[in-house]
Amino acid sequence: MKIVVCVKRVPDTEARIRIAGDGRSADPAGVKFITNPYDEFAVEAALRLREAAGEGEVVALTVGGPEAAETLRAVLAMGADRAVLLRAEGAPEGNAVAEAIAAELREQSFDVALFGMKAIDDDLQAVGAMVGERLQLPTATSVTEFRVEGSRVTADREVEGGIEVVELQTPCVLTITKGPYEPRYASLKGIMAAKKKPLEEKEAATGEARSRVESLSYPPERQSGRIVGQGPDAVPELVRLLREEAKVI
Amino acid sequence: MPRILAFAEAREGTIRPVAREAVAAARALAAAGDEVEAVVLGGAGVGGEAAGLGSVGASRVHVGESDALKAYSPEAYTTVLAGLVRSGDYRAVVFPGSAMGKDLAPRLAARLGAGYASDCTGLELEGEEVVATRPRYAGKVFARERITGSPAVVTVRGNAFAVEEGSGSAEVVPLDLSLREADFGAIVCEVRSGAAAKLDVAEAPIVVSGGRGLRDPANFKLLEELAEVLGNAAVGASRAVVDAGWRPHSDQVGQTGKTVAPQLYFAIGISGAIQHLAGMRTAKYIVAINKDPDAPIFKVADYGIVGDLFEIVPRLTEEIRRLRSS
Ligand SMILES: Cc1cc2nc3c(=O)[nH]c(=O)nc-3n(C[C@H](O)[C@H](O)[C@H](O)COP(=O)(O)OP(=O)(O)OC[C@H]3O[C@@H](n4cnc5c(N)ncnc54)[C@H](O)[C@@H]3O)c2cc1C
Repeated sequence: MKIVVCVKRVPDTEARIRIAGDGRSADPAGVKFITNPYDEFAVEAALRLREAAGEGEVVALTVGGPEAAETLRAVLAMGADRAVLLRAEGAPEGNAVAEAIAAELREQSFDVALFGMKAIDDDLQAVGAMVGERLQLPTATSVTEFRVEGSRVTADREVEGGIEVVELQTPCVLTITKGPYEPRYASLKGIMAAKKKPLEEKEAATGEARSRVESLSYPPERQSGRIVGQGPDAVPELVRLLREEAKVI
Repeated sequence: MPRILAFAEAREGTIRPVAREAVAAARALAAAGDEVEAVVLGGAGVGGEAAGLGSVGASRVHVGESDALKAYSPEAYTTVLAGLVRSGDYRAVVFPGSAMGKDLAPRLAARLGAGYASDCTGLELEGEEVVATRPRYAGKVFARERITGSPAVVTVRGNAFAVEEGSGSAEVVPLDLSLREADFGAIVCEVRSGAAAKLDVAEAPIVVSGGRGLRDPANFKLLEELAEVLGNAAVGASRAVVDAGWRPHSDQVGQTGKTVAPQLYFAIGISGAIQHLAGMRTAKYIVAINKDPDAPIFKVADYGIVGDLFEIVPRLTEEIRRLRSS
C-alpha cells in the first residue's frame, strides 16, 4: 500500500493577518506557521491506512519555499516514511500547485493520494479535485471517513445536511475533512527519527498561473454593538430591534 | 454573443434553491448583451422545473436528463459540462458554493485549463476578464483576484448574491449526452440522513449557533426550537462543541468549519474566539447571548444580551412565536 499525502504550511489560525507592503500578500513577519489543520487529518488517515495494511509507505509531499521543509519534518515526525518538497517561488495559485503535484504523481505509482479538504490560507478548496482531474483518477472530496478493501474504496462525503457514500477504485484521490482521524502528536522518538528520514527536494513543475491576486483588503470593521439589556427581560426589546431596526425577522 | 453559464444544482430530482443564487450571480457578472444560461443535470424528470429559472434571469436552460446521471458522479458531470462549455462562447461558468459545486467546479476548471476562484462574494467584468472578490484566511482579509483567459470558473458564497424574482420563462434545450463507462470514476451509491432535507449553515439566511455554554448536547433542543420558530434557520456550532462530539463537523462555523454570511447570526453561549469570528463576522447582523459581559463576541455583535442563555433563549423563542402567530 503506497499512500501519498499532500500538505501545506499555513499561518496559525490565531494569527492576525496583516496585508504586506505590496498590497497583494499577507505579511509573514511575526506570524507563527503550522501544518494546515485539514492536512493533519489526511496524514492521520494515511498513517492508519498503512498500519491497517501492515505494510506500505506514506510519502508526504508539498509545494513551497525552503521553509516548507519544516512542515514536512513535522509530518515525518508523525510517522510518514519519506518526504518530497517541490520547490516554488512565492505562493503559486491553486491551479499551478495542482499542476506541479500532478506532474510529480505521474512519476510515482500509488494507491491513494490524500489531501486536506482545503488550505486555511487561500481557502481555495480545489487542489485535490484538480489533481484528480489532471491524473484522470476517481476523486472524492470533503471525505470524513473511508474504507479500503482490495482495490475498492468507499468514502463518506460531507454534504448539506448529510453524508453521501461514494464508491471508487484505487488508485484514487481523496480530500479529507474532520471526521474520526484525530491527528496524533509526534512523540520525541518520532521527532528524532524524522531528522534521519529522507527528504528530497526538487524544482516544482508549476505551469502557467491562471489567476492572480490584484489586491487584498480588510473587511469593514464591525461597529461595536450595543448591549440591549440583561437577562430575559431584555428579550422584547431585542425582538423589537430585530424587527423594526434591522428588519431581519 | 458571449454567454455565462450557471450550474443549476439538483439533488434527488429537484433543483435546489442555491441554483437560483448561481443564476443571480451570473446575472450580476453579465455585461449588457451577454446571455445568461443555466444547466441542470440528473435523472429523468429533473428538468421539470427548468423553465422556472427564467424568472430569475436565465434565458435558456440546458437539461441533461439520463438514468446515468441520476446518481452524482464528478467525472461524468464534468464530461457533460465540458462538452457544453466547449460548444459555445462562454465567458464564465458559475457554480453554487455547495458541496457539489466545490467538488465539480475545480474539476471542470482543470479539464478546461481555466482559471478558478471559489466562494466569491463579488464578481465583475474588467475588459474581457472576470475579477472575483473572495475571502481568504476565512474572511480575515478579502482578495480581488483576476482570472486570466476565458472561460473563468467560479463558485459563489451562499447568500452573497441576492435573487430577484421576476417573471419569465426560460427556453429549455435538451443536452446531447454521450457518456462512456470510463466517465464514471466515483459515483454516489447512497445518501444518508436525508441530505436534501436539512438546511445547511452555509446556505441558511438565519443561523442559530451554540457553543460550550449550552453545557450538554441535549440542550441544543433549545436552539432547534428557536430555529424552527424563526423559519429558514439552521443550527450551527462552535468548534468546542464539535470536538466534544455534541454536533457534527458539518455544523461547525469558523476557520476550520464553514464561513457563513447569513442575514442574521445568533451566537449563543459562544465566547467569540478569533477562529470562530473568522467564520461569521460577515453576517449582516449578529446577536450575542452570553453571561460574561467581557466575552469577545460582544465586540462584533450588533445586539447583545448579557445573561443566562437557559433563561433567555426560551423567552426569545416564545416571543418570536407570539410575533409569528399574530
Ligand atoms: C487550529 C484551530 C482551529 C479552530 N477552528 C475553529 C472554528 O472553526 N470554529 C470555532 O468556533 N472555533 C475554532 N477553534 C477553537 C476556538 O479557539 C475556541 O476554542 C472555540 O471557538 C470556543 O468555543 P466556545 O465559544 O463554544 O467555548 P468557550 O470558549 O468555552 O465559551 C463558552 C462561552 O459560553 C458562555 N456561557 C457559559 N455558560 C453560559 C450560560 N449559561 N449562558 C450564557 N452564556 C454562557 C461563557 O461565558 C463563554 O463565553 C479553533 C482552534 C484552533 C486551535
